[in-house]
Amino acid sequence: MTSIGTLHYLVVAAALFILGVIGVLTRRNVVIVLMSIELILNAVNLNLVAFSRLWGVHGQVFAIFVITDAAAEAAVGLGILIAFFRNKETVNLDEMDLMKW
Amino acid sequence: MLDAIKAYLVSGSRTPGEAGSISASLVWTFVYILLIFLGLSVAVIAMNWLERKILAHMQVRLGPMRVGPHGLLQPIADALKLLIKEDITPTAADRWVFWMAPLFVVITAFTVFIVVPFGPTHAVTDMNIGVLFMLGVSSLSVLGVVMAGWASNSHYPLMGALRSSAQMVSYEIAMGLAVVSAVLMTSLNPTGTGTLSMIGIVQAQEAQHVWFVFKFFPLGLIAFFIFAVAMVAETNRAPFDLPEAESELTAGFHTEYSGFRWSLFFLAEYSAMIAVSSIAVTLWLGGWLRPFSDWLSGDTWDLVFSLIPGLTFLFLAGMCFYSTRRMPKHPSFRIQTAGLAGFGLTLAVIGLLLFVPPVRDRVQDIFWFTAKVAGFMYLYIWYRGTFPRYRFDQLMSVGWKVLLPIGIGVLVLTAIAGVFL
Amino acid sequence: MPAVLYAAGFQAGRDAHPMTVGTGFAARIMEPVATTFFFYLLSGLAVLGGVLVITRKNAVHSALALILTLLALAGLYLMLYAPFVAGVQIILYAGGIMVLFLFVIMLVNLEHSEKEDQFNHQWVAGVLAAAALSGLFLATYVTGRALFPQRVLQLPEQSNTQSVAVLLYGNYMFSFEIASLLLLVAIIGAVVMAKKRI
Repeated sequence: MTSIGTLHYLVVAAALFILGVIGVLTRRNVVIVLMSIELILNAVNLNLVAFSRLWGVHGQVFAIFVITDAAAEAAVGLGILIAFFRNKETVNLDEMDLMKW
Repeated sequence: MLDAIKAYLVSGSRTPGEAGSISASLVWTFVYILLIFLGLSVAVIAMNWLERKILAHMQVRLGPMRVGPHGLLQPIADALKLLIKEDITPTAADRWVFWMAPLFVVITAFTVFIVVPFGPTHAVTDMNIGVLFMLGVSSLSVLGVVMAGWASNSHYPLMGALRSSAQMVSYEIAMGLAVVSAVLMTSLNPTGTGTLSMIGIVQAQEAQHVWFVFKFFPLGLIAFFIFAVAMVAETNRAPFDLPEAESELTAGFHTEYSGFRWSLFFLAEYSAMIAVSSIAVTLWLGGWLRPFSDWLSGDTWDLVFSLIPGLTFLFLAGMCFYSTRRMPKHPSFRIQTAGLAGFGLTLAVIGLLLFVPPVRDRVQDIFWFTAKVAGFMYLYIWYRGTFPRYRFDQLMSVGWKVLLPIGIGVLVLTAIAGVFL
Repeated sequence: MPAVLYAAGFQAGRDAHPMTVGTGFAARIMEPVATTFFFYLLSGLAVLGGVLVITRKNAVHSALALILTLLALAGLYLMLYAPFVAGVQIILYAGGIMVLFLFVIMLVNLEHSEKEDQFNHQWVAGVLAAAALSGLFLATYVTGRALFPQRVLQLPEQSNTQSVAVLLYGNYMFSFEIASLLLLVAIIGAVVMAKKRI
C-alpha cells in the first residue's frame, strides 16, 4: 500500500462522523444518541490532530479543549436524562414530547 | 537472535539493546515483557503466602502450617484448587461482558508495568508520557469493575461494583494531584525542564541529590502521604475495602465469579497493588537509587551497600535453617524438614551468587527497587491487620473533602516553593 | 506499536540521527515501524466500534463498543506523534466519560427498552441526509487535495508535552481559564439536575 498521508486520517474521521450522524438521526434510545454525539466529537478531534501534524501544535491544544467540552456536555446531558427519567419512566426519544404542541 | 545474546554477553554494555539492531531490541522488549510476567506471577504467589502468614502473626496465631513446611506450598495448593473448580456462568448473565470483565481488569493491571523502571535502562520502554500513560491505564481498570458488576445481573455484585467504581474514581483525582506535585519537582533540576517519563523522574531525583519525599520538607512528604492513602483506596484494600468485604456485600463485584475467573480478579488486585507501589517508589522514593547515596558516598560505601543483596538472601537462608532445627523430630515430618532445608540451601546459593562482582553490579538497581516495593507490600498487609474498615460515606467524604483540598494545597505550595526557593 | 518507536530510539543510541527529537535522556528517534499495518488495524477497529455503537440493542454493548473506538483513536493519535492528546484521551474519555455513561446506563436500564423498535420511523430520511453529507465530504476531499502541503512539519526540540504546555499556558491562557469555568458550571448543573429535591 502507499504510505499513509493526511488524507487517510481525514477519511477515517469522515467515516466516524457519518456513523455518528446516522446514530443521532435514527436511534430511539437517548443514551445511544448521546454516545453518537461523542462519536462525532471524536471524529472532529481526529481531524484536528491529523492537521496538527502539518500546521503545528495548535490543533492538539484545540483537541484538548474539545475533549474538555465533551466531558462537560456529557455530564450535563446525562443529568438532564436522569431528571427526565425520574418524571417519565422512559428512555425512548419519541416519547419525550412534553413540549410538543 | 543468538548472535544478539552472544554480543550482549561479551560486550560491557548495561542493556541488551545497545548491542544490537532494531529487530534485536524488539526481541529484547519481548524478553523484558516475559520477565515481567514471570516476576509478577512469582510475586503474587509470594504475596499470597506472606499476607496469610503476616496477618496471622499479627493476630497472634500461626497461619497455614500444614501444606508445606510452614505453609510454603499453600499458594500452590490454592492455585490448583482454583484451576480445577467448576466454571459457573449465571444463566441470566450477559455472556460476553461477563467473559470480558476479568480480562479487562487483568490487562489493565499488567499494562501499567510497561513504564515501570527497574533500573536506568531496565524498563520495557521509556515513554515520554510515562506518568500520563500510567494514570490512564489505572483509570481504565474502573471499567472492568463496572462491567463485572453489571454483567453478573444480581444485586450484590451491582451494588459492590457501583460503590467500588465510585470509590476508585474519587481517589484517582487525589492520586493525580499528588503525581502532578512530584512531576512539578522534576522541573527544578539544573537543566530547567521537567519530564513525564518515569526514568526521567528518577534521574531528576538523582541530579537534585534528594528523594522527592524529602524535598521541600514537609511538602514532598504530604504529597507522598496523599498518594499512599489514595493508592490503598484505589486498589480496594483495607481499610477501604467495603465493596469487597465479606460481612457487608458477600464479596462485592466478584461474587458470581468462580474458579479461574475469580483467580484472575485476585491476580489483577495484587498486580495493581504492586503497580501502584512501584509508581510511588519511582515518584517519591528514588526508584532504583540506593539509600544515602549523598551522605555516604564514595567507593567504600558503594561496596558496603552492594553487599546488602547477598546479605539479605543469606539472612533469609539463615532463618530457614533455624526453622529447620526447630521442626518436630517425628518421622512424619522428615519430608517437610528436608524440603525446608533444601529451600534454605537454595536461598543460600543465591545469596552467595550475589556476592560475585559481575552479578553484584548488575543486580544493584533491581534489588533496591524490589526492596522498596516489598516494603510497601508489607505496609499494605500491616494496614489490613490494623485498621478498621471505613463506612462508605466516610470513605467518600475522606476522598473528596480531605484528600482533594490537601492535594490542591500541596500543589500550590510546591509551585510557590519551587519558584522562590 | 508506537511504543516500539520510542523503544527503538531509546535502545539504539542518542547521537545525531536526522529524525532525532528531544535532548538528553529524552531523545527519541522517529522511525516508522510497520506504520501501514497499524494504521489499517486501528482505523478498522475504530470504524468497527462506531458501527457497533449505532446498531446494538443493548446500551451497555454500545458503550463498550464506544470504548473500543476511543482506545483505537488514542492509538491513532500516537501514530500522529501526539502522545499528550493520546494520554488525555485515555484518561478523560475512556476512563472518565465512559464510566459516567455506564453508571447512567445502569441507573436507567429498562428491560423492555431492548425489546422495542431500535430505529425511529424517520430512519430513511436520516440515512439519506447522512449519504448527502458523505457526498459533500467526498467532493471536498477530491477538490481540496491539492491544498495540503506535502511535507510533514519538522518536530521541534522540545517534547510534545512541552510544546502543548507552552501554547496552553501562553497563547490560549484565557481559553484555558474559561474551560475551567465551564467545567465548574457543568458540575454544578449536573448536581442540581440529578438531585431529587433542589
